[in-house]
Amino acid sequence: MTMNLLLFYLLAATAIGSALLIVAMQQLVRSLFLFFLTLFAMAGLYVFALADFIAVTQVIVYVGGVLVLMLFAFMLSNKTLLNDLQLGTKGMFTLPRWQAMFVAVLFLVVLIAMVSQIAVNPPVWITEAQANQTWIRAQDHTIHHLGVNLMTRYVLPFEVISVFLMMTLMGAAHLARKEKKES
Amino acid sequence: MITLTHLLVVSALLFTIGLYAVLVKKNAILILIGVEFMINAAILNLVAFGRYDGAAYGGQIFALFAIVLAAAAVAVALAIILNVYKHYNSIDPDDINDLKD
Repeated sequence: MTMNLLLFYLLAATAIGSALLIVAMQQLVRSLFLFFLTLFAMAGLYVFALADFIAVTQVIVYVGGVLVLMLFAFMLSNKTLLNDLQLGTKGMFTLPRWQAMFVAVLFLVVLIAMVSQIAVNPPVWITEAQANQTWIRAQDHTIHHLGVNLMTRYVLPFEVISVFLMMTLMGAAHLARKEKKES
Repeated sequence: MITLTHLLVVSALLFTIGLYAVLVKKNAILILIGVEFMINAAILNLVAFGRYDGAAYGGQIFALFAIVLAAAAVAVALAIILNVYKHYNSIDPDDINDLKD
């Protein structure tokens, strides 16, 4: 049990620490590579919530797809874009550092207050699940249940998301296409 | 034993870091990474609560959907960033001030 907890704290410290480093760092490429580390640690944390399939999907989709896409877009773009990306002068909302810190810390306080509320008196459905032993246990076949539920109970969201994904792919390909010069 | 509170605190911290990155960062790709942090924190929340839903697996399935949505969002956002750069020669959000003519 203590080994369990130790691993959890290790993964959590890796995720939070590398996220903080990304925010503090100036070089873009280094922070992109550190983003790998955060995503892997997050995948490890999903395993602790007994969501092993989600963890594998995270590794495949994020680390395999999203990050490679980011690095590609980054490395294939020309050098002036690289410089501009690194030395931008204005942010999206142009907040000074201390104001952003203030907003973020305030938000953290609100979130931690909510979490402590839930820890003191958890919602009814959670206590019921704990009492009836209907929560997911480590010896359950999660992937089996996940697949059956995906194809029966959640088949409508599944179809909607597949159509959405196709639309996004077409849109991204259309946007990224090189435009022919019309003369 | 890892309780719900452990996971929720980690996700709250990650969400706050993402919020800070979105507010303070000066280039579009790092803002995108901040958004990804927030999405990851939300997925961790979904998964942590979904552990108590042994019948329907709602949390885990919607975590899968959220991962797919995030991947789609990144693809479109990167295409838009590169296109905007091609058109305006800058990705400063303040320079981008007209619609398609």
